Amino acid sequence: MMSVMSSNTTYIRPLTIEDAVDVLSTSAAAVIAAGCTDLFPLTSAPRMTGQVLDVTGIKDMRGITDNGDMRRFGGATTWTDIIRADLPPAYDMLKLAAREIGSIQIQNAGTIAGNLCNASPAADSIPCLLALDASVELTSASGLRQLPLSDFIVGPRKTLRQADEIMTAVLVPKSSETGVSSFRKLGTRKYLIISIVMAAARIEVKDNRITHAALSLGSCSPVAVRLDKVEADLIGMDIHNATIPASHYVEETDIEATINPIDDVRGTASYRITAAKTLLCEAIDNCLNQVRSGG
Amino acid sequence: MSDQEQFTLTVNGTKANVSRPAGMRLSEVLREELHLTGTKIGCNAGDCGACTVLVDGEPVCSCLMTLAKADGCHIETVESLANGSKLSLLQQAFSRHGAAQCGICTPGMLMAAAPLIRANKAPSRAEVEDALGGVLCRCTGYAKIIDAVMDAAMEKPAMPMPVRHGAVGARVERLDGIPKLNGDEVFGADYWPENALYLRVLRSPYHSAQFTIGDVAAWVAKHDLISHVFLASDIDGENQFGVIPPMADQPALAVDAARFKGEAVAIIVGQSQDVAAMDISDFPIEWTELPAIMDVDVALADGTTLIHAHRENNILISGIVKHGDIDKGFGAADHIAEMSFSTSYVEHAYIEPEAGVAWMDGDTVVIQACTQAPIMDRDDTAKVLGLPVEKIRIIPSATGGGFGAKLDVSVQPLLGLVALKTGQPCRIVYSRNESMMSTTKRHPGVMQARIAADKKGHITAMEFQGDFNTGAYASWGPTVASRVPIHASGPYKTPNYLAKARAIHTNGPPSGAFRGFGVPQSTIIQEALYDELAEKCGIDRLAFRRLNALKNNDITICNQTLPAVGIDDCLAALEPFWQKHQQQIADFNAKNSRKKRGIGVSSCWYGCGNTALPNPSTIRLGITADGQVVLHQGAADIGQGSNTVIPQICADALGLPLAHISIIGGDTAITPDCGKTSASRQTFITGKAAMLAGQALRRQILRLSNLGDDAIIEMAEGSIHVSHGDKQHEIALSEMAANPYGYVLMAEETYNPPTEELDAFGQGKPYALYGFGAHAAVVEVDMHLGTVKVLHISAAHDLGKVVNPLLAEGQIDGGIAQGLGMALMEEYIPGRTENLHDYLIPSIGDMPEIEYHLIEVPDPEGPMGVKGLGEHVLIPTAPAILNAITNATGGARLYQTPAVPHRVLAAIQANNNVNEAAE
Ligand SMILES: Cc1cc2nc3c(=O)[nH]c(=O)nc-3n(C[C@H](O)[C@H](O)[C@H](O)COP(=O)(O)OP(=O)(O)OC[C@H]3O[C@@H](n4cnc5c(N)ncnc54)[C@H](O)[C@@H]3O)c2cc1C
Ligand code: FES
Ligand code: FES
Repeated sequence: MMSVMSSNTTYIRPLTIEDAVDVLSTSAAAVIAAGCTDLFPLTSAPRMTGQVLDVTGIKDMRGITDNGDMRRFGGATTWTDIIRADLPPAYDMLKLAAREIGSIQIQNAGTIAGNLCNASPAADSIPCLLALDASVELTSASGLRQLPLSDFIVGPRKTLRQADEIMTAVLVPKSSETGVSSFRKLGTRKYLIISIVMAAARIEVKDNRITHAALSLGSCSPVAVRLDKVEADLIGMDIHNATIPASHYVEETDIEATINPIDDVRGTASYRITAAKTLLCEAIDNCLNQVRSGG
Repeated sequence: MSDQEQFTLTVNGTKANVSRPAGMRLSEVLREELHLTGTKIGCNAGDCGACTVLVDGEPVCSCLMTLAKADGCHIETVESLANGSKLSLLQQAFSRHGAAQCGICTPGMLMAAAPLIRANKAPSRAEVEDALGGVLCRCTGYAKIIDAVMDAAMEKPAMPMPVRHGAVGARVERLDGIPKLNGDEVFGADYWPENALYLRVLRSPYHSAQFTIGDVAAWVAKHDLISHVFLASDIDGENQFGVIPPMADQPALAVDAARFKGEAVAIIVGQSQDVAAMDISDFPIEWTELPAIMDVDVALADGTTLIHAHRENNILISGIVKHGDIDKGFGAADHIAEMSFSTSYVEHAYIEPEAGVAWMDGDTVVIQACTQAPIMDRDDTAKVLGLPVEKIRIIPSATGGGFGAKLDVSVQPLLGLVALKTGQPCRIVYSRNESMMSTTKRHPGVMQARIAADKKGHITAMEFQGDFNTGAYASWGPTVASRVPIHASGPYKTPNYLAKARAIHTNGPPSGAFRGFGVPQSTIIQEALYDELAEKCGIDRLAFRRLNALKNNDITICNQTLPAVGIDDCLAALEPFWQKHQQQIADFNAKNSRKKRGIGVSSCWYGCGNTALPNPSTIRLGITADGQVVLHQGAADIGQGSNTVIPQICADALGLPLAHISIIGGDTAITPDCGKTSASRQTFITGKAAMLAGQALRRQILRLSNLGDDAIIEMAEGSIHVSHGDKQHEIALSEMAANPYGYVLMAEETYNPPTEELDAFGQGKPYALYGFGAHAAVVEVDMHLGTVKVLHISAAHDLGKVVNPLLAEGQIDGGIAQGLGMALMEEYIPGRTENLHDYLIPSIGDMPEIEYHLIEVPDPEGPMGVKGLGEHVLIPTAPAILNAITNATGGARLYQTPAVPHRVLAAIQANNNVNEAAE
């Protein structure tokens, strides 16, 4: 473990989770640093000050492993790692989202836990991970706990992470790795863009009928949400039915009922509802087209 | 315990041991420790990509990586690309294609492209865009960058250096290009003496506030890192600067009140760069926030607080042009169209934040910083410091984009003050946030206009009224107020005309110069009304413009007649594009309901040089005893290319091959004044001075050799060989005495464009010449999301004479990118979008395909016929795009820019409602 200290600045880069949680157990004021793509922009100073715990040296926190009934994404796994990984189609949406996070430079540094712990309403991975029923693994000196992602994020930039906890992994149940998936993001320019609205969809089809749908919207509301009612409405639908495409059966009112839309410079509340519907329909249609074309 | 440990990096193949804090940004380590200043800092936040380096082969933003994480890694920076003096294929392609303008983004672009090129010798356009999507460029519009990366696989010959008399018109690669490509270029932040003090500026956190400052000495004593603090009370000269001296009103350091958020209040001077990381929240200052006036209507309302006590109703100045009789014109009209339109603050967003360094040379204050106007910097700084101008020397560093905002001083008086007071060298680098908060913007405009036409489509009258939010200080507000009425008609024959513009103070950031001085704003409303009138008259929109386009010797709204009007040539050049795309659009729209395409067109004209005011340039051209031809090229090259085109003009006038001319830049101690780089004046005015100097030197040489006018001049070591047919003459330079400037032969010529004062109604001769242009744009609108993609732009510009097509195309691309940004995404909101994360400029994926038409209608006043181009390239883009959106959507019109998706969708919905109601 490398540890460098001065009166007000400590920078520690441990190699194991045990060492890392030890640091937090003694100095809970420490800031966890991963890709620093959210942290560094907060300051124009030439360096990080204060107490910093850099988790990128911890091997067990990087990479994607198969744990039997769970797939485990180490918290410090980067977007590039995810893009390059061999994963089932249920993860296509997560890969699409990863490819749209900032730029290649940002994807090479930014991490999955960083995105979740930063908990921006515009965090692109969150709708995808919600649609994968992901949970998060939080580790502290006193042990380890798992929380569904939907519980973990409680508000804009607010999570249930305790100051002494590290998000060591994101876990996806194998049972949710089914079906095909898609992701749509809307912004005002092509690259380096924070979403105005994004939608993620994962759909399972058996014998031409939708058997399961996991749909989520981000950036519309303070916290990304799953759309239970629309998901339920889709079940049983025949994918060769004449009322396809999705815009025929997804209602703006269902979306409005679920989200409490943000109204800001990037989009008015009513715009967000309309755009959310459009993107969601596109994501659903994308999934169904994959199935239809035998994908 | 020390907070630093030893780290070992392999940088460009060499092991480097670095002992700096573990949490230091890698970019800082590279620049400050290893002096690899090729890696640039544009934002320190991942938003611009200028700092891109390869870490173990992968591109990362070095500003976001800590030193600790780079330990043990292989780092590659831009300095690794060239092999000694031989540029890599990628760098050569950048040079060949003119892909580097100012050059500040270039290292990031090159490093982002390098891994792509390694893996893929023939990348597609889409692959290039994906690879370079993380690097922003504000100059080039990306087109040439994409071309270069796609053309980097093979060794290809460089553009040939032109032969004698062949420089003007040649596609010459930038003469100052190599340092921009290999990382050697010295921008404002790239040079500092080892022991330089480091400046940090304390700024107002409020739009409007009063403050009192407490015991500064005690605060300094408490902080080891801080050596000095300077306040307004330390200023010995006049604490007031401004680009238009009679209007100067901005304090270098605020005295007891701040009029905008970001106004400088105190300079905190530290021994090291650590001052930038220091917590200064305990600085002894007490603020009393005051209600802020942010909009012009509030500023104008009765009883509103005056931002400057002597400026009634918060009006800085108004401008007017009155021509003919508008009542008569509107009375005779068959059709009238009327509209209101408002535009946003627009930020220049050059990738280089202001930076510089200063030191004392005897009793002279020397300031090296990025700038567009070295002499104006000198004069304003001298005034603030209370020194005669001879005691200030400005050495312009390379400037990483300016677009108007680097005309006003920024760092210069602050650096000068500290160097003067401490006697020590000092440096400053603005943060992105500081740059955006404290420097000027494009004026937001609130405009109303109506235009009338007769049955046949001839314009009979136009009336325009615009209020421009000039922010807290005057800056270039007066220029906007005068230029807008002179240009708001567009290059169209308008027999009856009344236009008024006012610059209004608010507590927003000072609005200043930004490519076009208000004309891009007023052109939007004028060109929108032209579309409406064309429709009312039942005339094709392009034909309607051609019908009204000014012709040679027509009378302008200023009662001026122009001898070389190229607007109809420009519009004519767009015809094939216009016809082809209208057909394709009709086909596309018949098949698609969700996406709709449309086309729009707009013209522009723009007077080159200062409005009815003298603005001379002086060029010195000398030959040394050993036969070097030295051109003192004082026009600040902020990427637009003066360092290349001015020598091109000069070389042809002198009659030497371009390769023989070397240049010296705008150091105020050794180069005469070439004025400011603004108002599209440099190629015209400095170019003309260069032509005159070249001709004068040629005459001297011919006189010495007694040979005829078309003799051939050849330079040799220590001599000039002159020949005419079989007659020969040798001038032995080495035997001649050098003048005080060190030249044995020298010419110095000044050119000041002939203008005439305008009368009370703006009638006269505001400019010696105008340039003309027109753009047509094809857009695709997503009718469900309101998103707009610009697919194609055809750009026609009358340059009088094209000095360098490669560079002219680059200007067009860059102007289009900025115009596109202004139309679709750029909206600076004081206090909210002070970074490149929230303030969006076009990325590489947002640019259309561009076709160019370089038109030459030579103007007798310009050197070899030359007209200006720098601002023309931006003016027609936004109006053409906005008109195309209306065309695509079947009539949805925006009355506000930028046309962000939610506004476009609202306009589509409003238009649908109107159409439904009409049915
Ligand atoms: C230019 C730019 C563009 C961007 N574009 C996008 C985008 O398009 N979409 C998007 O969603 N995001 C975007 N981001 C945000 C950012 O890149 C992502 O959120 C990224 O995933 C953050 O990861 P990181 O490792 O860099 O986080 P860091 O900056 O290192 O940390 C972020 C936060 O999470 C905490 N943290 C990090 N790791 C852990 C851990 N293991 N356990 C507990 N706490 C932890 C940190 O303490 C901090 O509060 C962008 C950022 C930049 C600079
Ligand atoms: S300086 Fe690093 S991304 Fe702008
Ligand atoms: S050349 Fe790209 S920013 Fe100037």
